[in-house]
Amino acid sequence: MRNVFIVAGRELAGYFATPVASVFIVIFLVLQGALTFNLGGFFDRGQADLNPFFTFIPWVFLLLVPAITMRLWAEERRLGTIELLLTLPITQTQAVLGKFLAAWVFCGIALVLTFPFVITVNILGNPDNGVIASGYVGSLLVAGAFLSVGSALSALTKNQVIAFVLAVAVCFVFAVASYPVVTDFLSRNTPVLADIARRIAVIDRFQDFTRGVVSLRDLIFFATFIGFWLFLNAVIVEQRKAD
Amino acid sequence: MAAEGEPVLIEIAGLTKRFGGFTAVDDVSFRVARGEVLGFLGPNGAGKSTTMRMLAGFMIPTAGVARICGHDVQADGVAARRVLGFLPEGAPTYPEMTVGGFLRFCAKIRGFGRRLLAERVEQAVALTRLESVMLQPVETLSKGFKRRVGLAQALLHDPPVLVLDEPTDGLDPNQKHEVRALIAQMAPHKAIVISTHILEEVDAVCSRAIIIAAGRVVADETPAELMRRHPSGKLEDVFRQLTTEVV
Repeated sequence: MRNVFIVAGRELAGYFATPVASVFIVIFLVLQGALTFNLGGFFDRGQADLNPFFTFIPWVFLLLVPAITMRLWAEERRLGTIELLLTLPITQTQAVLGKFLAAWVFCGIALVLTFPFVITVNILGNPDNGVIASGYVGSLLVAGAFLSVGSALSALTKNQVIAFVLAVAVCFVFAVASYPVVTDFLSRNTPVLADIARRIAVIDRFQDFTRGVVSLRDLIFFATFIGFWLFLNAVIVEQRKAD
Repeated sequence: MAAEGEPVLIEIAGLTKRFGGFTAVDDVSFRVARGEVLGFLGPNGAGKSTTMRMLAGFMIPTAGVARICGHDVQADGVAARRVLGFLPEGAPTYPEMTVGGFLRFCAKIRGFGRRLLAERVEQAVALTRLESVMLQPVETLSKGFKRRVGLAQALLHDPPVLVLDEPTDGLDPNQKHEVRALIAQMAPHKAIVISTHILEEVDAVCSRAIIIAAGRVVADETPAELMRRHPSGKLEDVFRQLTTEVV
């Protein structure tokens, strides 16, 4: 565990040593603000909650999370530092977990910096802060889910653009899997797949959180989802590290 | 050939690596005992770095095993890597980190606590003369300094086994001399493998040399014995003779 934290610490410091951190956080906050207040009609609704905020957050993550993950492994391979990292006395699992943890903590920091939304809605009205808290938990889990996908795909290539595009595409599939367009199509052709699609849809699970429901089933879903992709990540690193 | 009575610290047996139909390293075997400096020679593309990577446990061999201090680098990788100091080809380092930050990171991963950590980093920095650039990000350094940062990282934990892939590449003649002196100074207590295509290096620091060509070992003897293979007595001529025959 100690090694995981050392790897994570180095990685996280790396975000802040380069403009990656500031650019990401600023763009994230500007996008979230613009979408919530303008497109989401935060004021027009006249309701003291953060629903518009949480409606957009998975889509903002869909766009921005792959921008963090694209460098995780692709950059190491391009620079050759993967050879250094993996010949230090750590296991590959520790390296994978460390990198993932760093990216997740970073997303957590970005989420924490949205606190003015919470203050604003509390000044303007009397919101249910429990629902807001569970929405934030859900947001963090969605970020974790997308990060695990992006991290695994980043290990496939040394080209960051490819890593980014792949991650956006795959995350998008998991985001919209429960949308009627998809499930109707699937149930007409392969009903089994339609059922699976509904179960693996990340946004569906997230919506429970935004309603204030933190269920064990959803938590297990996210844990399994992230665990699966990180396992895949470790396998890909093991198999392709020297290519 | 191994130093008499000294323990064998590096053992490679039947190491083979194939990429599709291409055999990069073909049944390479050797042993290195403490006190030996093995020069690993060969033309570019002969399989030097591939062998080094398999020895460091980074690349998975198609066949054969590599052991460091008795630990199989694949089956017991963490234990093997703990006693190994490895300088990868091109001495890669994280560009945005400062020299001090990078070395402290490596020392932490190697399990050194606070006081010992500072001591180790200081020692490695002194050996590789990096004092003046400790606070500089690695990306701002010259090629020679970068190589020394990589070297410092490999020496950090004073490992019994050192595997250095082209340690003097990119250094100026003075720095080359310093690195060779450093290797010679450490030699009695360690088993060292250096890969190089600079032939003068072999004569200067190596107690033994292996020449590989097209993935195969074509010679494994002391530099003096090697030189006797060609009437001119020059290592360069021996090298050319041995490596062009195969290809």
